[in-house]
Amino acid sequence: MIIGLDVGGTHTDVVLVDSQGLVRQVKVPTDIDNLFDSVLGGLDEVSKNIDVSRVSRVVLSTTLTTNAIASGHLDPVGMIVSSGPGLNPEIFRTGKHYYCVQGSIDHRGREVQPIEPTEIEAIASHLRADGIEAVGVVGKFSVRNPCHENKIVKILGKSFNYILAGHRVSGNLNFPRRIATVYLNAAVYSIYKNFFDAVSNALRAKGFVAPILILKADGGTVSLDASLQYPGQTILSGPAASIMGAVPYASENGESIVMDIGGTTTDIAVLVKQVPLLEPLGIEIGQYKTLIRALKTISIPLGGDSVIKVKDGVLDIGPERVGPAMAFGGSEPTPTDALVFLKKMESGDFQKAKMAMEKVGGLLGCSPADAAERIFSEFCHRLTVVAKDMVTSINQKPVYTVHEFLESYQVSPTELLVLGGPASCFASKLSEVSSLPVRVVPNARVANALGAALARTTCEITLFVDTERRVASAPEESFYKPVDDRFSVKDARELAFSLLRTKALQSGAKMEDIDMEVTEELQFNMVRGFYTTGRNIRVKVQVKPGLISEYKQITGTEA
Amino acid sequence: MIKAANKIGLVFFPAFDWAISPTHPEREERLLYTQDQVFEEGLLDVDGIVEFKPDMINRDDIRRVHFCVPDEWTVTTESHLLSAGGAKAIGSAVLEKKVQKGFALVRPPGHHAMRVVHGARGFCNINIEAIMIEYLRDAYGVDRVAIVDTDCHHGDGTQDIYWNDPDTLFLSLHQDGRTLYPGSGFPHELGGPTAFGTTINVPLPPQTSEEGFLYVLENVIIPVLEDFKPELVINSAGQDNHYTDPITNMRFSAQGYAKLTEKLSPDIAVLEGGYSIEGALPYVNVGIILALAGMDYSTVREPDYDFEKLRQSSAITDHIRKVCDQVMDYWQEAPSLREQMLDSGGITERERTIYYDTDNILENQKEKIVVCRDCPGVWSVESWTDRGKRIYAVHIPRKACEKCVDIGMEWYEKTPFRHFDIIFLQDRKNKVFKSRRPS
Repeated sequence: MIIGLDVGGTHTDVVLVDSQGLVRQVKVPTDIDNLFDSVLGGLDEVSKNIDVSRVSRVVLSTTLTTNAIASGHLDPVGMIVSSGPGLNPEIFRTGKHYYCVQGSIDHRGREVQPIEPTEIEAIASHLRADGIEAVGVVGKFSVRNPCHENKIVKILGKSFNYILAGHRVSGNLNFPRRIATVYLNAAVYSIYKNFFDAVSNALRAKGFVAPILILKADGGTVSLDASLQYPGQTILSGPAASIMGAVPYASENGESIVMDIGGTTTDIAVLVKQVPLLEPLGIEIGQYKTLIRALKTISIPLGGDSVIKVKDGVLDIGPERVGPAMAFGGSEPTPTDALVFLKKMESGDFQKAKMAMEKVGGLLGCSPADAAERIFSEFCHRLTVVAKDMVTSINQKPVYTVHEFLESYQVSPTELLVLGGPASCFASKLSEVSSLPVRVVPNARVANALGAALARTTCEITLFVDTERRVASAPEESFYKPVDDRFSVKDARELAFSLLRTKALQSGAKMEDIDMEVTEELQFNMVRGFYTTGRNIRVKVQVKPGLISEYKQITGTEA
Repeated sequence: MIKAANKIGLVFFPAFDWAISPTHPEREERLLYTQDQVFEEGLLDVDGIVEFKPDMINRDDIRRVHFCVPDEWTVTTESHLLSAGGAKAIGSAVLEKKVQKGFALVRPPGHHAMRVVHGARGFCNINIEAIMIEYLRDAYGVDRVAIVDTDCHHGDGTQDIYWNDPDTLFLSLHQDGRTLYPGSGFPHELGGPTAFGTTINVPLPPQTSEEGFLYVLENVIIPVLEDFKPELVINSAGQDNHYTDPITNMRFSAQGYAKLTEKLSPDIAVLEGGYSIEGALPYVNVGIILALAGMDYSTVREPDYDFEKLRQSSAITDHIRKVCDQVMDYWQEAPSLREQMLDSGGITERERTIYYDTDNILENQKEKIVVCRDCPGVWSVESWTDRGKRIYAVHIPRKACEKCVDIGMEWYEKTPFRHFDIIFLQDRKNKVFKSRRPS
């Protein structure tokens, strides 16, 4: 048996599945100020009267880190940043305890200027005096050579609770994002650790023996232990849970748009042959652009409970939500009221929905029925426009080789999958507006929790080979290996796959779920003074986001 | 979040799978480290810096500018079409006001490609700036354009294309032609009779540094642009004046390039040469992008940058001052000399030999132009190479008068095949581009 739990803004959804399918589904209200009780409450409810020792896997997706960032409840972090030529690193200041230090590395990973140990020692004593417990160390081009970051970490010693070096968070180049990513990981570390220590202890006390996995923003899972080092990976896992929940029902050979229509927001994503597309670099949250791997999702403030306004005779929906729809006891008209009034939704108080539509109709100068139709139609139009713009922008992604330009793969989705509370009410209209067949994901109300339950473990490796400097490195893994000038791109790919396999197993993957692919592979001859002096090889591989091998049986989607 | 003062567009097309030959300076690796630096600096995340995808240009885009022998597809590869398409995409984005300024970071380059193209010269096959400009003229009605070519090599291809066009100012500063390929670009090269003075050349002595370049900017480029009043300023932004460039002898720096870009403030910059792929390009390109975006570039320096060591001698400073004085004298005198030539009228001819170093072709040209008071004048070129190709090409200008159109049509239609493999017509006025070939 597997338990999947997804904490949302208003509800926490939990499912219990076994090899025959969905056994139980539970919805409990989320208490934002006490997520622990929401999680435990949900787990208690779903596992009532079952032998919890038979549960083989528990996957949790929470808003813990997302909320901490959104509300600014972050720990102070000491940041030590070395840059060298380029933009002034002061621009990327993360807070009071941000120190720019000497030392620089170039694009090949060669040292340009050494670090100054006494400078670091002085900063360390400042940080200790200020009571700082989490420290981030970031250097420009540290993914090409982390020696400066490593030296700084060593000097900092053991007097801090948490130290994270930039080269460990991603193999991608982007110094400002590396700074933001390290900062966020460090800033949520203690919150995350305290929370999950408590959850883990509580589950063990209840008799759970199953491994606990955490859902990441890329729609993959990671074991709780492995997640403690990089808690930032769990930021914005919510949209990922829903999208993974749609995966079993998506076309195996075509492309699909997924819409998770919620109360406050709608999340949109694109699947290609059941594999969700990823952000090229990482999550953006609030003011932070990061290197945290994430599914490519667009989240728009348009949901069933968005407030409807009329300004100068023009209908507007959202962006804010002030409470439930009038039909469910709220004070402002919403799209949900239109659904209730149009009898597309069975629940809800019809009289109150009618009042809502009369209010809107009054302002628009039309009948309540016309108002409801206009709201309904406007809602579907907006979602369709955003989804189509998203596809256009995916297709306009820049390419850097002639081959890619000529072969460039164009996404053209052939179906729309909808899930979330009011999804089924919008299905036929969305189909009419978008001219795409629309399918409602089965169990649409708990598909998010199902997505969490079934998500496989994902991870990525970036391997960088410079045969002139005679080194192959995967900095995220602290992997270095001397190579000779015969090291080829094929060797690089094999090495990257083997590192990836090891990383996936360490992160909680099962061997049969490690579905690997190359996402980038470039090789350059390095020529200096008319002679080839080496090869510069860059290989990026990943475990594709997807579901564990048992999913077809569980979801009943076996052919 | 960091924000650019000017909203700018970038087309980045490094053609990671295209090279002239494996060890050629124009090879796959050329923009690799620039990409690394641009990505690592996070420039594409800056609010106000937008990346565009290149277009692929079509045959008419080439035929507005070139006479390709035997045809457009034979003398180009996809990479050329994408490089020019990158410039075209960025030009369109600027003209459509999607961005205020743009930078096409593309390869291969184009400024040595002339009107007639038999092959590659100076690593160039088709002229990416001219293809962009002529497209913008037809698509958006742009008229007066200034091209400031800051590549270390004389932009002889662009000069050739606009030799007879009084509405295009071509201004090149470069290492003195007596010391560097292509060996041209002297102050007395001022343009054809109807466009006399709108070609300007400022040859600079080897070892010219930041001070010298900025002196030319203040004392020639800016005053000339103020006089000419272009609607669009294009910078052919070659980066081979850098002190680490392996095939030139100058002492310019990333700081210098950024200052030049800031003060010149071009609407569109297009990458040309620059072959110090590790020591210069990453830093120069970051400097140019920041300067275009109106951002602080003061900390963009090469790891081994030393302002004092790179300073030019006082003899060089004096020499540059003299060259600039002479260039400005020509600029003042040119309009009256042009009037004299227009008064004389008639047909002017010139003969030249052009060497294609990259493809090892020797071309001879005989050009004639109708010196017309009512328009820039119809012109034609006879061209024959040591490979035995012989063509005749007629250009009717955008603003051609009726009489010149008639003359051009007669030249095109009546010239007998006897001597020629192909006869081309480039009718810019009626946008007709065609050729006659013996059946």
